[in-house]
Amino acid sequence: MPLGYIAKRLFHLLLIMFGVSVLVFLMLRMIPGDPARLLLGEFASPEELVRLRSQMGLNQPYVVQYGIYLKNILHGDLGNSLRNGAPVASEIGVRLPATLELAVAAMLIASVLGIAAGVVSAARQYSVFDYGSMFMALVGVSMPIFWLGLMLIYLLSVMFPIMPMMGRIGMGSEPDVVTGLMLVDTLLSGEFGDFLDALHHLVLPSFTLSTIPMAIIARITRSAMLEVLNKDYVRTARAKGMSEAVVILRHALRNAFLPIVTVLGLNLGLLLGGAVLTETIFSWPGLGRYVVDSLMARDYAAVQGCILIFAALMAVINLMVDLVYGLLDPRIRVHA
Amino acid sequence: MHSWETFSDLLRNRSAVAGMVLIALVLLVAVAGPGLAPYDPLKPAPLERLQGSSERHWFGTDSLGRDIFSRVIYGTRISILIGLISVSISLVPGTFLGLMAGYFGGRIDSLIMRLMDMLLAFPAILLAIFITAILEPNLTNTMIAVGIVYIPHYARIVRSSVLSLKEQLFVQAIAHLGGSHARILARHILPNAMPPIIVYATLGMGTAVLQAAALGFLGLGAQPPQPEWGAMLSEGRQYIQIAPHVAAFPGAAILVLVLGFNLFGDGLRDALDPSLRMV
Repeated sequence: MPLGYIAKRLFHLLLIMFGVSVLVFLMLRMIPGDPARLLLGEFASPEELVRLRSQMGLNQPYVVQYGIYLKNILHGDLGNSLRNGAPVASEIGVRLPATLELAVAAMLIASVLGIAAGVVSAARQYSVFDYGSMFMALVGVSMPIFWLGLMLIYLLSVMFPIMPMMGRIGMGSEPDVVTGLMLVDTLLSGEFGDFLDALHHLVLPSFTLSTIPMAIIARITRSAMLEVLNKDYVRTARAKGMSEAVVILRHALRNAFLPIVTVLGLNLGLLLGGAVLTETIFSWPGLGRYVVDSLMARDYAAVQGCILIFAALMAVINLMVDLVYGLLDPRIRVHA
Repeated sequence: MHSWETFSDLLRNRSAVAGMVLIALVLLVAVAGPGLAPYDPLKPAPLERLQGSSERHWFGTDSLGRDIFSRVIYGTRISILIGLISVSISLVPGTFLGLMAGYFGGRIDSLIMRLMDMLLAFPAILLAIFITAILEPNLTNTMIAVGIVYIPHYARIVRSSVLSLKEQLFVQAIAHLGGSHARILARHILPNAMPPIIVYATLGMGTAVLQAAALGFLGLGAQPPQPEWGAMLSEGRQYIQIAPHVAAFPGAAILVLVLGFNLFGDGLRDALDPSLRMV
């Protein structure tokens, strides 16, 4: 892949991140109330307030304030939480692996089931399976995931208690933190039983989170496959006597992959947003729940840090999708 | 395509008809709300709290003894209103920005689209949460927040339509004949760019209802005692182990309404813009 293409995309990413930082900075300045008062509480004396405002640079012009803010971000300093004074960057660092683990598990479920449903629907167009799976896909994108999560909890944790209701692992089974990813850490600690327990805890939240992307992937896969299945080279492959499985998997699916990859990438962003709701329902100690809790506590330093991290993740995902897209279809990077 | 042809295409499309039926049902409930609801949706009845479904209370009662069926019926109006207002808030500026970016191109295009890219860099629900927090959590601000979040989507769709339309012969001919930019945009480009906008706005109604319900669920949308479906679900969450019906019915109502918009939007897309059809 040409370096110029990658450099251009990286420059675009930096530009977006700069814009996002300006946007977040300005939006936070629009929040009513004095941050110094929020930090010190309502009984702070006027002198204390003036001193803190000066320390925080709040008496400086906006341009200077933004400069300080940007410099801090570039040094990895996202400020301190207003609730407990802990550095926001380390608070995020503790929670980010939980969100990533959840999002990756959901993406795996969505990809495997979504692509399988889309391929079978296309191969058996207008069959009962086709109609049924596409209707279910439509229900999937129409359903509030926080409702699905609650109903699954009632069904599988209360009515038939076979699934844990909340958390990442059973009480007392937490492994030493190495990566922050519970599945990896339990494996590293050599406790296979704990690994299974962590996997068990991951099933309901990740399935809940996977429903919308799964539905979208199934619909796109079906439509991409149908388009490819009508092409001459697929007809030729069939005429050569290849089995239907080989035709579909080797010839059709491989060529239908471009739109599917795009949708997979775009859905990673959707998963990050969905994590905010899923983590709240399943008391999953990730970044999404942290944002909501911080917002409720009006901890704007934490909210700002999380939003920047989420935006950075989205930007990196979009960049990766662009690069993979270019790898899969060289015509795209020529025209980019 | 003539509007009659489009309508007859719609009537032949099973998905569109199913969507229309669901939306019509919900609209009927919204309009006839006070006549249909057997109880006052806001009046607590402490002696009847958390009762299951019965002949007196079809959907049971909530933690304050209020009739959930009546609250779901009144919530219909709120959700329809959320969908309409949020979509309008996204649609009008989004269409305007898309028209400007696509038609004038160059620096105007770069400026507008980079700004849109910045908004798209946030996960939608997170941006909506952030905006609601800035504006103060309530129903009006929920609609504004959800509306703002989707402006870039409309801008992108309209821009791409305009880019292809402005190269068409009839538009170029009018420009050569001295047609003003405003006239070309309003009379010739916008009407021809409408099909994808209409389709997206229909699908967007469902998305807006879902997003607003999510904000309500997080406590950032409509505030108690308003019978908004997301907020009702949030209350139901606390009682999921002993009274699942408190969450079940408002969630099912959201599903029905959003499914209606999605079915209708799919059918509308097939009728108005076959190039976007899901084969």
